[in-house]
Amino acid sequence: MNDIFAKRRARLLAMKAIRDNYIPGDKLVSCPHCGQESERKAVAEGLSVCPKCGYHWPLGAYYRLSTILDPGSFRELHPRLPAGDPLSFPGYRTKLESSQRKTGLTEAAVTATGAIGGRRCVVGVLDSRFLMGSMSAAVGEKITLAIEFATKNKLPLILFAASGGARMQEGILSLMQMAKTSAALARFSEKGLLYISVLTDPTTGGVTASFASLGDIILAEPGALIGFAGPRVIQQTIGETLPEGFQRSEFQMEHGFVDAVVPRTEMRDTLARLLRLHEKGGRQ
Amino acid sequence: MSELTAAQRVAIARHPQRPNITDYIDALFTDFFEQKGDRLCGEDGAVLGGVALYHGRPVTVIGTRKGKTLEENLNCNFGMPNPEGYRKALRLMRQAEKFRRPIFTFIDTSGAYPGLEAEERGQGEAIARNLMEMSQLTVPVIAVITGEGNSGGALALGVGDRVLMLENAVYAILSPEGFATILWKDASRHEEACDLMKLTAPDLLRLGVIDDIIPEPEGGAHLAPAIALRQVDRAISRHLAELDSESGKSLVAARYQKFRKMGAAAPEKENP
Repeated sequence: MNDIFAKRRARLLAMKAIRDNYIPGDKLVSCPHCGQESERKAVAEGLSVCPKCGYHWPLGAYYRLSTILDPGSFRELHPRLPAGDPLSFPGYRTKLESSQRKTGLTEAAVTATGAIGGRRCVVGVLDSRFLMGSMSAAVGEKITLAIEFATKNKLPLILFAASGGARMQEGILSLMQMAKTSAALARFSEKGLLYISVLTDPTTGGVTASFASLGDIILAEPGALIGFAGPRVIQQTIGETLPEGFQRSEFQMEHGFVDAVVPRTEMRDTLARLLRLHEKGGRQ
Repeated sequence: MSELTAAQRVAIARHPQRPNITDYIDALFTDFFEQKGDRLCGEDGAVLGGVALYHGRPVTVIGTRKGKTLEENLNCNFGMPNPEGYRKALRLMRQAEKFRRPIFTFIDTSGAYPGLEAEERGQGEAIARNLMEMSQLTVPVIAVITGEGNSGGALALGVGDRVLMLENAVYAILSPEGFATILWKDASRHEEACDLMKLTAPDLLRLGVIDDIIPEPEGGAHLAPAIALRQVDRAISRHLAELDSESGKSLVAARYQKFRKMGAAAPEKENP
């Protein structure tokens, strides 16, 4: 019986993952970084990494999950948690609905339990296709519920950040999600549990200034933009052009804010290894 | 309370003669000893903090500082903190916990400084760390938004057991100008943004983001500062008295619930 359900879950995730792993273009797709064209099939099979220059395309949430979770282990948490419009902001509902249609998601975050290398964990993923992965009350709530679930079940936690920052249309309530998620992580950390934060392109604003920066271990995909203020705002403020590579993953590692830059093709193995390394405390 | 538009309140909140952190320290506290530096790499004039006596009792006071003259403005970066400011604040808050002192924060900032060096030194990490650690402090924390409270730069001092706002203060995700720029690519629509953003004290009380509104004299605190300062004193001493009876553990639990509820949808019953 369990087997049938596991298979069904695996199939469901696979279907959603296929839908998510879509890069516009016909047989050939062109890389926004190096401009060169590659076979669509080669890109799709190579985890949406450009075979020519190593550029990492943004990933849809379910596809991301399918690339790191053991087959059949995926179980979504709170899939029906609704998007909201707490300030009754003009035009926002329509915007939400069109994002929902475009992505098939209800909001910009998907959270799940699953296993990586046979070890159970809670994984949350932000999806930059949904209003730039911005932090809404629903996103904050989903992430917080996932953290609380991990705390209660004593499971390691992995969160993939991808966010343009605050959800403007939710104003101050977007801001408060920073305090909410960070407070939940404080409780999680107190239990001696492991939190791995993975920063992907882009991780900025309120997400950087809350849960994304609070990992016991912080990983980043190559070349991701990571920062609090966006480059345009900084440029306007200081009136100078910004140095090459400013706020990219490698820059953040050099400045002490990222443990390791990990290519997508090595992400699953790296996570499996970190879960194994943290399985038991040094003192028995 | 007077019926002002959101945009009018923004103007009052930014008034250069509005009471600032130095005025609050002078009027409400005695024997203030300023503590400088984050003990990591620097000192940030945009955040002022130290130990003082409040009605004879030791407390920790921290606030953002904008300055009133151009020279002061420049010395404290117009009240926009760098990471060192937030790290200094955290150092002082941990110390307050060690010595069992209540913490008062006074917030008036247009936001964390969006500068190149601020990014290099981890502006995002500094703010995130404060949010996480403030949520666990076992001493009373009272945050007062006195002027502008913008963005994570304000919230980084705002995770309190009580969050109070002066009647004409504003608290928002970013400045109305920034909001209009991001949403409509047109900063001149900032007045329209003010109305939509729900950034006034009455709006935020209704949304459950703040706990109390401190009345101001007609037309704004700058017109009768002594009265405004007395109102703030009255409010914070009343809220401190309420919190004094709570144990450290129950303060932390209640503070968690307070922020936990913000933007929470109706609970969904689901057990995976």
